[in-house]
Amino acid sequence: MSLLTVDELTITFGGRGRKESRAVDGVSFEVDQGQVVGLVGESGCGKSVTSLALMGLLPSKGVTIGGRAEFDGTDLFTMSPSARRDLRGSEMAMIFQDPLSSLNPVVPIGVQVTEILERHRGLKGEAARKEAAHLLDRVGIPDPTRRLKEYPHQLSGGMRQRALIAMAVACAPRMLIADEPTTALDVTIQAQILELLKELVDQEGTALLMITHDLGVVAGLCDQVNVLYAGKTVESAGRRELFGHPTHPYAHGLLGSIPRLDAPRGEPLTPIRGSINDRIAWADGCAFAPRCDRYEMGCLTGTPQLTEPRAAGHQVRCVNPVLDDAKAEEVTA
Amino acid sequence: MSLLELDGVKVHFPIKKGIFVDRTVGHVYAVDGVSLKVEAGETYGLVGESGCGKTTLGRSVLRLVDITEGSVVLDGTDLAKLPGEEMRRFRRRLQMVFQDPLGSLNPRQNIESILSEGMIAHGIGKDQEERREKIKSILDKVGLPSNALSRYPHEFSGGQRQRIGIARALVLEPDVIICDEPVSALDVSVQAQVINLLDELQEELGLTYLVIAHDLAVVRHISDTIGVMYLGSLVEEAPSDALYAEPKHPYTKALMSAVPVPDPEVEDRRERILLTGDLPSPANPPSGCRFHTRCPWAQAERCATERPQLRDLGDGHRVACHFAEEIASGELALTRPTGIEAVTEGEGAVVEQTEDEAKVPAVLLPADSTTKPDATAVKEKVPSAAEAPGDRTAGAVAKDLDAAGPDASDSDKEQDKTG
Repeated sequence: MSLLTVDELTITFGGRGRKESRAVDGVSFEVDQGQVVGLVGESGCGKSVTSLALMGLLPSKGVTIGGRAEFDGTDLFTMSPSARRDLRGSEMAMIFQDPLSSLNPVVPIGVQVTEILERHRGLKGEAARKEAAHLLDRVGIPDPTRRLKEYPHQLSGGMRQRALIAMAVACAPRMLIADEPTTALDVTIQAQILELLKELVDQEGTALLMITHDLGVVAGLCDQVNVLYAGKTVESAGRRELFGHPTHPYAHGLLGSIPRLDAPRGEPLTPIRGSINDRIAWADGCAFAPRCDRYEMGCLTGTPQLTEPRAAGHQVRCVNPVLDDAKAEEVTA
Repeated sequence: MSLLELDGVKVHFPIKKGIFVDRTVGHVYAVDGVSLKVEAGETYGLVGESGCGKTTLGRSVLRLVDITEGSVVLDGTDLAKLPGEEMRRFRRRLQMVFQDPLGSLNPRQNIESILSEGMIAHGIGKDQEERREKIKSILDKVGLPSNALSRYPHEFSGGQRQRIGIARALVLEPDVIICDEPVSALDVSVQAQVINLLDELQEELGLTYLVIAHDLAVVRHISDTIGVMYLGSLVEEAPSDALYAEPKHPYTKALMSAVPVPDPEVEDRRERILLTGDLPSPANPPSGCRFHTRCPWAQAERCATERPQLRDLGDGHRVACHFAEEIASGELALTRPTGIEAVTEGEGAVVEQTEDEAKVPAVLLPADSTTKPDATAVKEKVPSAAEAPGDRTAGAVAKDLDAAGPDASDSDKEQDKTG
């Protein structure tokens, strides 16, 4: 059984007379020990909200969460708030996107790291400080003892992200959720952070849920990839399968619209038309249909279901998937 | 002759201190001697990490920041010396597309008003009717409907807003458009639309672009020539393909190897040069080669003392590295007798700081020996030897940086603190 099982998760904002807005509309995936699962999509596809819901960080009012999420056999959404607090930080931890706004600017790094150790591991005083220094050292922050006394603004962007990772791994959680952990960083720093995350997964067997919009990051890191569009998974496959044979027109289009460093120059990109605002409700048909080149009448007869048109385990939500292997041959050639 | 020529451009921001008297206690060397040429009808791409001065350089071309030294020559006119009013009039020929499409459009002005403002300022078009016709034709070129005229910026999506930004530059019929991170605020699928649009417009109107971006893949896609900046100066400049085929400067090599490629086959095979540490502070740049504090190939003597100039290594490939040839031929090994020790994986990336500060301590370790047998990762401790001579305390520099200038990036403070 998987460590984290998410089944038909739906998240709806609004209610009470206001217009409801469904951010996540039935997302299912599993994360195993030592596995990296990616949630990929553009802004507004519901990937960050999913992570917040799993961590229990969404406000209790104005949000309706449906579906199930089981962590190690326990349902996260029916858990008592205090049990949830015990779990959060010790068993499940999260790395946020913007390290500066996720750290308290008026509290030294050391206090912020030891806080977790005190809360979850019962360490106090010198022992907690020693452990905190050890953690900073573990994530590659030089001179950790001095850093503990410093404030977030005194650290560089990469250092802050490392400090956040140190806080996340403080209690050796079994599950890490990383929400765009490298988006705010420069590429050379991004490479350092990704290397660090890889190391954590390889050495500690931590399960990692990686939320990102960067397909390059996914290609290098994730074992299993879920592509989200307008709150639904549109394609889910192993990373080699997905990048080798992108089958949903959206995934196919995304890969075609990224300028690649290793591609021959001069070829125009093949962008996807329109923007994420041009969509229809999933209930009426495929939300991607208005932007899709392979659109046909069948796309508008109710929600398309996940099928496996190409290979077992490669799920695609499309009635007219891209099945020609032109691109695949191109890659292998 | 090139359309746009920059020669030894320097932009230094003073660091002020004191409550009653503004004493200048130092400078942020945001741009420190950049010379480059942009040919008519071509695209010149400037890449670099945040804080390397690429945006400041772009702004200095338009004189949105004052140029401390050097010249910017557009079509025979030195912009650095133009008096204010003449410069204002000259800006018609030099336009800018900004990074944040929402932040750079006035939310209370409708599109017609935004686009006609520049035309009025430069006296283009006799009356509003004529201007409107012109605006309509430009909107059509950038792929916006003509009913956009009476709408406001918030009614558009990110990609459309960036099109408005491009249209605003185009209505003045400029010779050169400076694009500062034109697509970094956009979603991937929309990025491609804007990149293609820039390409099409260049072909149709014969525009010259100076594109500033941190995304190497984007820059490579649209540029004919690429300049790589590090800490205020160009470290490498080459035709786009040559730069990708064989990056010669160690920093470019590291930068290229760090860019993720959306292809697992490539990702698994690649050799990655991991730089550790951060960009040193531009207020206190390292002596000699600015990159020597992070360079995996740094040599003890020359790199720390002598600042390398851009040298032409043939075919327009210019590199500012003393040892570019030796590194390319493999003569210069990564491992050096001192300052580097090999550790096995898992022993930790951080080693104790060596006492010899002139040498850069580095750790060589196989990045992921199980999956990537030939991958090499070079990890290096954040150097403390980076401080240039000066009697200021490092902490003061860090504190001043926020107030010092637009390019005093917060990621730079790290270096000061280690000093």
